[in-house]
Amino acid sequence: MAEKSFVRMEMLPEQAPPASSVGVIGWVRANLFSSWFNSILTVISIYFIWRVLAGILPWVFLSVWDADSLAGCREVIAANWPGAESAEHACWAVINERWLQLLYGFYPPELYWRPNLAIILLFVALAPVLFADRVPRKLLYVTMVYPFLMPWLLWGGTIWGPLMAAAGFVIGFYVIKILSDEIGALSAMIVGVLATVTWWLGAGPAVADALSGTLPIGIEAVESRKFGGFMLSVLIGVVAIGVSLPIGIVLALGRQSDLLIVKGICVGFIEFIRGVPLITLLFVASTLLNIFLPPGTNFDIILRVMIMVTLFAAAYMAEVIRGGLAALPKGQYEGADSLGLDYWQSQRLIIMPQALKISIPGIVSTFIGIFKDTTLVSIIGLLDPLGLANAIRADAAWNGVYWELFAFIALLFFVFCFSMSRYSMYLERKLQTDHR
Amino acid sequence: MTTLTDPPKESFRLSMLIYDTRYRSMTIQVVAMFGFMLLAAWLINNTITNLNALGKPVEFGFLGEPASYDINQRLLDYTSRDTHLRASLLGLLNTLVVAALGCITATILGVLIGVLRLSNNWIVARIMTVYIEMFRNVPVLLWIVLVMAFLIEGLPAPREFRGDDATASMILNETVAITNRGVYVPEFLFSRPLGDISLLGTSSLRFDVSLELIVLVLVFAAGLYVSGRIGRYADRTQEQTGERPVVWYWRLAVVVIPFAIVSWMLGLHLGYPALKGFNFQGGTHLRNSLIALWLALSLYTAAFIAEIVRAGILAISKGQTEAAGALGLRPNRIMSLVVLPQALRVIIPPLISNYLNLTKNSSLAIAVGYMDITGTLGGITMNQTGRELESILLLMAVYLTISLSISVVMNWYNNKVKLVER
Repeated sequence: MAEKSFVRMEMLPEQAPPASSVGVIGWVRANLFSSWFNSILTVISIYFIWRVLAGILPWVFLSVWDADSLAGCREVIAANWPGAESAEHACWAVINERWLQLLYGFYPPELYWRPNLAIILLFVALAPVLFADRVPRKLLYVTMVYPFLMPWLLWGGTIWGPLMAAAGFVIGFYVIKILSDEIGALSAMIVGVLATVTWWLGAGPAVADALSGTLPIGIEAVESRKFGGFMLSVLIGVVAIGVSLPIGIVLALGRQSDLLIVKGICVGFIEFIRGVPLITLLFVASTLLNIFLPPGTNFDIILRVMIMVTLFAAAYMAEVIRGGLAALPKGQYEGADSLGLDYWQSQRLIIMPQALKISIPGIVSTFIGIFKDTTLVSIIGLLDPLGLANAIRADAAWNGVYWELFAFIALLFFVFCFSMSRYSMYLERKLQTDHR
Repeated sequence: MTTLTDPPKESFRLSMLIYDTRYRSMTIQVVAMFGFMLLAAWLINNTITNLNALGKPVEFGFLGEPASYDINQRLLDYTSRDTHLRASLLGLLNTLVVAALGCITATILGVLIGVLRLSNNWIVARIMTVYIEMFRNVPVLLWIVLVMAFLIEGLPAPREFRGDDATASMILNETVAITNRGVYVPEFLFSRPLGDISLLGTSSLRFDVSLELIVLVLVFAAGLYVSGRIGRYADRTQEQTGERPVVWYWRLAVVVIPFAIVSWMLGLHLGYPALKGFNFQGGTHLRNSLIALWLALSLYTAAFIAEIVRAGILAISKGQTEAAGALGLRPNRIMSLVVLPQALRVIIPPLISNYLNLTKNSSLAIAVGYMDITGTLGGITMNQTGRELESILLLMAVYLTISLSISVVMNWYNNKVKLVER
């Protein structure tokens, strides 16, 4: 006789997990109170956050926006919050009064539209480069025109100077295009470059002078010493970042090349620049650069600073890109060779796209570093935001204002640098082609 | 019938310099060399012409002239009658001091923050992320002047320490005074000193070496050596017998006991700062400028080091830990024998380049008036003597030497820990 046995014939429905391991409680248990040590850490952290916020939030929000001096601020504070020390409440009145100065320096207020337009156009010009798949390619024309438009907008003056500078590139381009069928690519390149340089040094300025004499089209000129504030930081940063990338690529290729002399020159330049602090290079800009150039040359300090910061950035960029080049497997070079591509073709079509992709994080962190380092120009007397902060404190009305100015400047820099680093993360994700 | 003919004999044509890959690299190199030398000659020629026109040919005699400015934070004796050379030397020492202090604190802070950012405690990890983003995205110069402003504005003045109704008090059992004029810490004193040895006579590079310090360092080094011998004896015994003799207290004793005895014989004691008159006297006075630079550079660099440490730890795959566990290693041995050696290979090169960055960033001392090499040689000396070219060349040479020495160490280390690949 068969014994009766019980065998379950169907699956039991899943039970809900215990209430203590899901939802808010589960999350808190797993992430905040998973052990006694973690619990202590959590309690300490919450206390720390509370202390910090309790110190900062009243300072930020219970503050004075309308006053014409620090003393005025203190009166308002004493009236509104009796018994409070003046340091417990921020005096944003200084930002309220001087924020335009902190942004534009001493740029004439009626011409603020020019830097504003320049920065809007900067984003328009950057869009086809940064978000290549989302905006029309036609915008690339704006990108090509921008390097000549931006200086004209900011410094003003006659339009013929930038136009003639641009004409140099156009001349070089057509010389190369026409001659490359006749005498070969390399010779055409050399002749083209020579034609461009001759145009810039010889005919260009003369034509520009003649044209501005007969057809004076231009906008009001603004002297360099009126530049300042955050506009100056962005200007130096953008120029250094934009120009240093191509120079950096050339230096990196030079350092990787088999040509001993070219390699030696590149290595020497890179190691020298990376071995000295930026401040010494800025000293060179402020005191020595004129000595290195032909007697009588004297061009303005902002341009000199931009040259030195660009060289500085280029050396760092070169090392980042060299890292990308070195990380490429040898097969990529050999594959390019086996397709019959010449050096420049293989660099342009095979090597550089991959090497630059690998080095994106490094390139962006170099950008951020350069942008932050533009504050050093305050040491050689330019009025970037930090220099202006000192200038504002030198005003008797605002003598003694520290934290509000620092907070404002730090916030400006933070917004720029943080968004740059987020963009680099986005780009990394977008360009990731391997499936991991 | 066709015959095989020799290929046409090649004659050298000028265009082959460009189109023939055999000659092209030579051509490019010669052109590059020529262009480079032309550029250098042009620059040097301009410089010489300009300097002659200004009437100051390149010479370094100004280094021997009296500096006639004061350096308040210094390691060696100095008066304003000393030469520019000596001022520069003190500046260099100050640079090295702040760089060394900064590297040490930045490493400690950075490792701590990097590890805590990986903590499984959500709130701690978030706090560390906020710290890192906050410091990495704001210029270091801003941090330096901000810390300096905090030290001057936020700390109590010495007079607030005075009297019965003092609003401020010294910390750490009345030994350290933190004031808005700087921090006063206890100093080491010897009641039975042995004297100093003066080296290099009265020249600008003279320095005194205290004999007590030499004796103490020697005793300490000897202790470490003997301790090392005992350790090797223990290793040998373990290899021969399989039993490791317990020697740690011997190793500790040979270092500590002789050192303590010699210190007692020399009368080593601490000199405490005390409020006298309007200011604190005694102890070592760390000026605000040093503290601000040190603190700001450490906090700033720590954010970068934290990211490096985090990346290094994440780079070691979990399989390594598990495999080591499968071999029967205990957790602390896994850490020291398996994980750390591999993580350090990832961590150390960028760590050293961050040390280099910190050293170079210490040149921002000029913003808070700390007299480092940039503040002395590149600052007051340059402005006083008007010798821009010479000063900046020397300044760059000094920084290049420091950077290249650090690079040499880094390359040596990289070669040492490099994976040996087939």
